[in-house]
This record gives sequence, structure tokens and C-alpha cells, in this order.
Amino acid sequence: MNEKRRNANLVTGVVLVSFLLLMLIVSFFYLPYPPNKMDSVNTLAMPSMQHLLGTDNFGRDILSRIMKGSQMAFGIGFGAVLTGMVVGVILGAVAGYFGGWIDEIVMRLMDAKMAFPGVILALVLITVFGNGIGNMILALGIMSIPRFCRMTRTGFMQIKEMEYIKAAKSRGISDLRIMIFHILPNISSSLLVTFTLGISSAILSEAGLSFLGLGIQPPHPSWGRMLFEAQSYLLTNPMYAVIPGVMITILVLGFNLLGDGLRDYLDHRMPQREEEA
Amino acid sequence: MKKMMKRALALLMAASIAVAGTGCGNKEKDASKKADTIKIAVSAEPDNLNPMLSAASDTEGIMMNVYESLLTFDTDGNFLPCLAESYEIEDEGLTYRFKLKKGIKFHDGKDFSAKDVKYTYETLAGLNGSEPLKQVMADVLEAVETPDEETVLFRLKHVDAGFLCKCIVSIQEKDYKDDETHPIGTGPYMFKEYLQGQKVILTKNPNYHTVESRIPEIENVEFRIMTDNNAILMALKSGGLDIATVQPENIEVLGNKFEIVEGMRNAVQLMSMNNAVAPFDNEKVRQAVNYAIDKDEIINTVTKGHGRRLESFLSPSMQAYYKDDIKGYETNLEKAKELLKEAGYPDGFAITMKVPSNYQEHVDAAQVIKSQLEKVGIIVEIQLVEWAQWLDQVYKNADYQTSIVAHTGKLDPQDFLNRFTSTYGKNYFKFSNPEYDQLVIDAASTTVQEERAEIYKECQQMLADHAAAVFIQDPYLIYAVNKNFTNMNIYPVTFYDMGSIRTVK
Repeated sequence: MNEKRRNANLVTGVVLVSFLLLMLIVSFFYLPYPPNKMDSVNTLAMPSMQHLLGTDNFGRDILSRIMKGSQMAFGIGFGAVLTGMVVGVILGAVAGYFGGWIDEIVMRLMDAKMAFPGVILALVLITVFGNGIGNMILALGIMSIPRFCRMTRTGFMQIKEMEYIKAAKSRGISDLRIMIFHILPNISSSLLVTFTLGISSAILSEAGLSFLGLGIQPPHPSWGRMLFEAQSYLLTNPMYAVIPGVMITILVLGFNLLGDGLRDYLDHRMPQREEEA
Repeated sequence: MKKMMKRALALLMAASIAVAGTGCGNKEKDASKKADTIKIAVSAEPDNLNPMLSAASDTEGIMMNVYESLLTFDTDGNFLPCLAESYEIEDEGLTYRFKLKKGIKFHDGKDFSAKDVKYTYETLAGLNGSEPLKQVMADVLEAVETPDEETVLFRLKHVDAGFLCKCIVSIQEKDYKDDETHPIGTGPYMFKEYLQGQKVILTKNPNYHTVESRIPEIENVEFRIMTDNNAILMALKSGGLDIATVQPENIEVLGNKFEIVEGMRNAVQLMSMNNAVAPFDNEKVRQAVNYAIDKDEIINTVTKGHGRRLESFLSPSMQAYYKDDIKGYETNLEKAKELLKEAGYPDGFAITMKVPSNYQEHVDAAQVIKSQLEKVGIIVEIQLVEWAQWLDQVYKNADYQTSIVAHTGKLDPQDFLNRFTSTYGKNYFKFSNPEYDQLVIDAASTTVQEERAEIYKECQQMLADHAAAVFIQDPYLIYAVNKNFTNMNIYPVTFYDMGSIRTVK
């Protein structure tokens, strides 16, 4: 019944994300102008043939900065969520498989982590470890650990009770092998969905932090930073603020729809699996 | 679960719109024009309504309408009589004799006299037995005497060329205790109300006659506390504000309803180089940086031309002391490269620049400088730091290579030039030159203004010759003034001079 709508989600998501991916790939080989090249004569220009999206307050080409900024956005998004996923899955797997006091400790740690608002935690981490792309990825990665951890734990707890796991155990297969080869593949689709959704929230946090002046350091183009700098020119050149805003929206929307659509698609394919909380 | 995702999606989108944020303007209901009230934006909450306990320049700028001092100053920083009619310097600069004006009353109707001056200065300098409130005052003041109702004698511990600047001190009424909640002074406006986080309201003092040019015309003044630039613009356009400082890029947005009043704000924006660490311990490197930087380009892009180019550490606001024929650095990339080669850096080097993230004009200047220095092989890595961190790392502990900030002056040039002496606690430039130190000491004990000015001019040339820093500009203070009003003055220190404002018929 919902078939069509599901597909619509997935298709829209795929289209939006591929558009951004295409821009990302092109940006590695071609940029209209060097993204940090200033031109003090040609500042805050409206879109024209020379500058398709106009120029900013330093006369830098906005299109080039948006394209270069996509590398930053994707790099940080993937880097952060990958970090969070690796740590989260390991912790969740151990907690869910062994249970008992290990489970108790890990889950209380996650609760403690979740008690902090994400952005505040990232702010603290960046203040302590200093500004920089590496620290930013680390901070955002830590933010996304709990969602992976909880999901993995639930999956492991359900699956470890199944007959085939008991059979494997009785055959004397090691715990590590069971965890990696017998249980993990069963939750891979859920991980994929969480990963996709995680990227959008990581990038949004990055934009937020850069907007606050933490995150990416100028003059490196980051969409959040561009938005922040455009703020003073809202009334003189609104395009400057609208463009990075639209890009962030496309990206967040794209990854969310993709994640949502992917979930529905995978659920649909495997109707026998019950939905996890 | 799916519902939750939908909700999360909605939230994320809302958040992204919030990030894209438009400043929401303060809605003004009473947009109708009434010339009996003037509304002006100030950027910070008053720190204390009692001038003796306040340290913020914004607060002082407001309260100078309520309180007055022995002397006042004009827009060029020259001293004018205010509560005092005249003064004489005796004992080779160790005694200052002030003759007070007659017939001046405080807002509560009590007469102003010498006892109020004595009370104010003794409280500040701790001569009444309690802790001094202003250490600089305690350091110089020996005693305050009042031979009669209209004469005040200040006896100093040592000669202090800057003592006249210490005569710009709000005189408070003796035995009045409520200055913190309901300030009472002798000024052109009387305190009416302070609504925390919103506004300070003053009302006209009908009996005012101390300084003729400041006899007030407008009935009420409201100082609105507003920080967001876009909100201020909206309020100006909707009639919620009559006067506000605006950014150069927003001047044209305002249209023809406003008169733009701009002038130097007695500040120096500079790129500091830590003179104590390599490579900036080498004077040639510092000179090379000075030659490599194009100040005019910075002024054109960052302040859109609304700034005055500088060559040394004093703003032309300090007219009497400013050296206008100073020999500075014209942009010359060849010369810069040559100097770098002589200094042993033919291929340039990499440096970090710590910039306070809350000052957009400095962050912008940093980006321009980065692209300029790249041309001579100096690679700059910009690090944005929070203001508190900047104060701690750069200003207090000089843990940095380069930085950009602006220093604001007071009425005494000493407040500027002192910063480069090796004995000054916050000399984060780490500039150290015994000859310079001696000049500043000499100037402080010279009471003849012309001689003092000569010494300060020498100091300015010395800072330029040794390339102690890159002195960029004095960025203009820009007021948008509703065309219903006129005569908004810009002074070398923050002073919202409401008494001088006139309405346009």
C-alpha cells in the first residue's frame, strides 16, 4: 500500500545525494576559481556568467567555495560517523553478547554520554583539544557512538538467543568468531540505515559548530562558516547566505530520505525480521 | 519509529533554517514619530550605574549624560571647562587649583560645591581611610583641599602630565547613597528608569546650564540594549531606533531616511608579532612583513574604505600628539623578499595567527593578510580563539606568534604608547627597547604640552622604524542618525552626547 511512497523517499534521497556526490567528485578535478582567491574589486557580486553564484565579501567565488566546501562536509560527515560506528559497534556487541556487568557498565556509560547535549559536548572537546579537522571528527564521532552502541546491543541480544547460535556454540566455535561472522551480518542493514542518518546529523553539527566559529578555520570553506560570514550581508546580498543554507538543507534532507527509504526497502525485503526499538 | 524519524527530520530542517538564521527584529508598536523621545542603541548592559564602580566604556558613555566632571573634552580631545570654570597649575606641576562654577544644582535640587568634589576624589583615591576604588588615583593623589566653597586644590605625590585626564571623573553628591539604583548628578539628563536587559531611560534636566552647547532639547532619551546587527538594522528601518552604530556594508541598505555620521574612534587595529620568538625576533623579518602587507586593500575589503590608514600606534584622534608625517611602509613585495633573504628566510616560513573569533573585522583582516603574505612565501595558519582564551593566551601570557586585534585609547596618549614599554605588564608584543622606555618616562613628567607632544611623536616614529607591529587602521565609528535629528558628535572616547542633539524642523 505504501510501496509508492517508500520508493519516492528512496528515489528522492538517492537523487539529492548523487547530486552532491557528483559535485564532490567534480571538485577534486575542477574548480572555476581557486576557492581562497580574493578580488577586492569584485566583492558581493550578484550571480553572473563569470561567477555563477556570485562572490562573497572578499570577492571570492561562491560556487568554488561551495564545491570545495562539499569535500569538507563529506569528509567530516563520513569520518565522524565511521569513527562513531566502529567504537559503537564494538561496545554494543560486547555488551549485548556477554550481558551481565559488562553490559551494565557500557550502557551506563552511554547513558552518561547521552545526558550531555551533543553540541555542548563537542564544544567542550574542541576547547580542550584545540581546533582542527581531526579534533572535529573525533568530537562528532564521539557524539554518534551511543546510537550505534544501543542498536548493536539490541540486535546482539535478540540474535544470540537463536537456535543456530546455540548450535554454533555447542560446536565449540569461539565467541569472537560467532560475533563477527554469525551475528554481525544480520544487523548490517540496520547499521547501514543508522550510518546514513548519522551522516546528516554529523554534518549539521559541523555546520553548527563552524557557524559558532569553532570547527573549520578560515579561510577554508565550510558551509556553516560561509553561512556565518554571510550573516552580516543578509540585507546587502541575501544570495550569499541562501546558497550555503540551501546546500545544507539539500544534504540533510537527502541523507534523511535516503536513510528512511533504505530502511523501508530493507524491512520490506525481510518481512520476517522484527523491527528493533 | 518511523514517526520518530519524521519528527527528527522536521527538527533537523527547522534547525538548518535556524542556522541559516535571519535576525528577527524587535517589533515596535509605537512606530509613530514623536520627536520628544530619541532612541539610541547601545551594545552592552550597564555594568554598574554608579560611575565609581563601573568599568565599562559603554556604561560611561551613557552616564556622562547624568554626571559631569571638572573638565570635559571636545571632539578633538581638547579639554574644556565643565563644572570647573578655570584651573591653574602651581608648584611646578605638584598642585592643581580649580575654580568651580557657581549656581549649579544636582538633580535633587541640592547645590553643587567643593565638598562634593573632595568627597568624590577622596573616595576614589582611598583618602577617606577605606580601600581606594581607582588605584591610578591613589598612586598620584596626596591630598584634596577646599579653601572655600568654590575652590578645590589637588596636591600630587609626583608630577603627572596626565593629571588633567584624571579630571574627567563623574562628580557625585556627598552623602548621597543610592547612586547604584538611582544615580543623581549635575548633567543635562536626569536618570528615570533602568529596565534590565532592555533599556535605560533618561529625562531632560530643565535647569541645566553648565555647558552651553549641551543644554538639552529632547525630552526623553532611551538607550536600548541591542547586540544583533541585523536586529538593529530592522529597528532603524521600522522606526524603533533613531541612532545606532552600523557596519560599513549596511550603510546603503538604510536608504535616505538616515544621515551617516562617521569618524575615527581613537582605536588602532594592528597585527601583533611576538617580538620575542623566532622569526619575529629579527627586525628585518618584521619589516618584511610590513612591506608585504597592503593596508589599503585591508581597509577597502574589511571596512569598505571606512577607516583611516595608520603607520604607528596612535590614532589621529589624538590630534595634539599624532605625528602626521611619519615614515612608514609602502607595500613593496621585492623589498619584502629581499629583507627576508637577508634575515635568512629566502623561502619564507610558516606561522600561526590567533584571532579572537567574536570580532568579525579582525577575522576578515586575518584572511586578507593571509593571502597577502602568501605572495612572499609566508604561510599563515589562522586559528580562531574565543575572547576569554585570547585574553589568557595572547594578551596575558604572550603565548602566540601573530595576532590581530584593536586597542582603544583614552584621552591620554600615554594609555596607548605605554603598551610598548618593557615594564608594562600586558606588553604582549614583547617589544623591548630601553631608549623607548626612557622616552615614555620623560613624557610623563613633562607638563608643557608641546614638549610632551614632541616626545610622543618620537615614540611613534621609533615604533614604526623598529616595525614593532603592523599598524593597520583606525576603523571608523559609523552612526546612522534619523534625519529628524542632527548634531550627533563623535568623541575620542565613548560618549553618547545627547545634550548636543537637536531636532530638525
